[in-house]
Amino acid sequence: MSQSVTGEAPAILLDKVNKWFGVLHVLRDVSMTVAQKEKVVVCGPSGSGKSTLIRCINRLETHQEGRIVVDGTELTDDTRSLDTIRREVGMVFQSFNLFPHLTILENCTLAPIWVRKIPKAEAEELAMSFLTRVKIPEQAKKYPGQLSGGQQQRVAIARALCMRPKIMLFDEPTSALDPEMIKEVLDTMIGLAEDGMTMVCVTHEMGFARQVADRVVFMDRGEIVESGTPAEMFENPQTDRLQLFLSQILRGH
Amino acid sequence: MSAIAPGHHVAQPSREPPPSLIAGPLAWMRTNLFNSWLSTAVTLALGYLVLRMGTSFIQWAFIHAVWTVPMGANGTLDPAACRAAQGVGACWAVIWDKYRFILFGRYPYDQQWRAAIVVVLFIGLFVVSGMRRFWRKELVLIWIGTLTVIGVLMWGGVLGLTYVGQDIWGGLPITLILSTFGLAVAFPLAVLVALGRRSTTMPAVRMLCVLYIELIRGVPLISLLFMASVMFPLFMPEGLNPDKLLRAQVAIILFAGAYLAEVVRAGLQGLPKGQYEAADAIGLGYWRKMGLVILPQALRLVIPPLVNTFIGFFKDTSLVLIIGIFDLLTSGKVAVAEPIWQAYSTEVYIVLALIYFAFCFSMSRYSRGLEREFGKSVRR
Ligand SMILES: Nc1ncnc2c1ncn2[C@@H]1O[C@H](COP(=O)(O)OP(=O)(O)O)[C@@H](O)[C@H]1O
Ligand SMILES: [Mg+2]
Repeated sequence: MSQSVTGEAPAILLDKVNKWFGVLHVLRDVSMTVAQKEKVVVCGPSGSGKSTLIRCINRLETHQEGRIVVDGTELTDDTRSLDTIRREVGMVFQSFNLFPHLTILENCTLAPIWVRKIPKAEAEELAMSFLTRVKIPEQAKKYPGQLSGGQQQRVAIARALCMRPKIMLFDEPTSALDPEMIKEVLDTMIGLAEDGMTMVCVTHEMGFARQVADRVVFMDRGEIVESGTPAEMFENPQTDRLQLFLSQILRGH
Repeated sequence: MSAIAPGHHVAQPSREPPPSLIAGPLAWMRTNLFNSWLSTAVTLALGYLVLRMGTSFIQWAFIHAVWTVPMGANGTLDPAACRAAQGVGACWAVIWDKYRFILFGRYPYDQQWRAAIVVVLFIGLFVVSGMRRFWRKELVLIWIGTLTVIGVLMWGGVLGLTYVGQDIWGGLPITLILSTFGLAVAFPLAVLVALGRRSTTMPAVRMLCVLYIELIRGVPLISLLFMASVMFPLFMPEGLNPDKLLRAQVAIILFAGAYLAEVVRAGLQGLPKGQYEAADAIGLGYWRKMGLVILPQALRLVIPPLVNTFIGFFKDTSLVLIIGIFDLLTSGKVAVAEPIWQAYSTEVYIVLALIYFAFCFSMSRYSRGLEREFGKSVRR
């Protein structure tokens, strides 16, 4: 289905991926393809394996069975493939994870300078352009602790973008934010989507999913239970599990 | 708090400030020293003791003290005045007579200016290293340069300086050499060992690090020094017998390394997992991740225990006394072994304590300043 969006090779391919934490089977035969420039929203109850799934895509977690291919590179123990993946895939965490001992600008230039080996002046220029894009260039000289949660999360997005990734992963980027800051982060992500970034985003923001997602994937207990366009999924859920989940989400909001 | 339903009784804010807010030493004393009859009694008793001891110390150390003694008929100092004041006043004349021996040990008397410059260089090196505006790559060069000059001055044998073997070095330079080299080498070692101990990918390295830490921590420094000075030469091939000072230095480095490694490890564990993951996610390799993201934060977290360990080791270098290395404490001890000064060891030990205190207290003040400064930039 997703390959038909464009004719190219998929950005991400998961083929019967299985993962265990000890005896806990957290990913069960997960297969999924994400086409270039496709935006996929992953949702599901807490503990269903959403974080584990997207952390496997940039190999913060290792899977034990199955195949994961990202932008044509299969994820293996080979460190060279790891380096390639980490350059191509940016990640934004729920808890921002900015480096508190570095300024906003230094947070953004660290990887370009040390991994991409870009000269410092050029890296700073690049960082400023992305900070402008997330609308906080004036905070460049401050430290993360001096910024609000929403601002920190936008810096985290800029930091990931500075590596010029082809794919962006988001793990509940707005869950740790106060309600009044959620919009500024979502707007940033919408802007990114409009520019054609390939995105996999774990979120329960249904409005965002409707507006941006090409496809919504619903996970429960380590499996992909259902997937489809936002309209199909939200208006016409096929499984009881998704119905239950949606009713809980709606009640919560 | 502010939303109180109308009709509720609201206590009128009292006009008087709470008692603890009344400033002034008298108020402070009332709340802290005389707030009940028991604390009043304790305060009075302790106050009396402190006053008694303080006055008698001042009388002994200053008022009745003998500062110098005249030269006797046979060309040596005549401590008769000190003997007369014994038990009543201190005999600082021993310091006056022996200070150069205490500071520089058996280093040749006419060459002691070299050792004195070395002490000044060390102190300068510490001060420069402490200033944040020198925290750049050039600092390494400054260290190499200064240590080279220190080596040249201590050994001599070049530039027209007479050669002085390290078996007759002594006093404060020895203490500074042992502690500076000790900590300068032990610290990077400790960082590597701490990282090794937390390695998940190399179990063999982790085991080795655990073994090293546990073995070293399991024995007292004294026995390690004995091993270095007595046992170690037995196992070395004939002719290859590193100098005693070097062996003691190695023992101190290994010992300090194990302790510092545990301090550093605590810092590494204190960081949230997200910091490691964020560094991984932006593609930093292991060494860059550690060097640029993890260690700068981890070490800041453990500045207090780190400096605590530094101070401990500065003082522990005095244990080399038992294997006959002439550090500051040893030279003080030898100074009072001289028959005419034997009765005045207290005075010498007080001076030694002051010297140690000066170094340790500066370290402690400095670390407080560092903590404050880092606290400013890293507010979570
Ligand atoms: N590092 C880990 N070690 C052991 N169990 C884990 C670990 N990370 C996650 N889990 C478990 O795996 C399951 C899936 O977790 P996660 O992927 O975080 O779910 P979600 O993001 O959907 O809430 C949960 O039961 C969680 O407790
Ligand atoms: Mg999660």
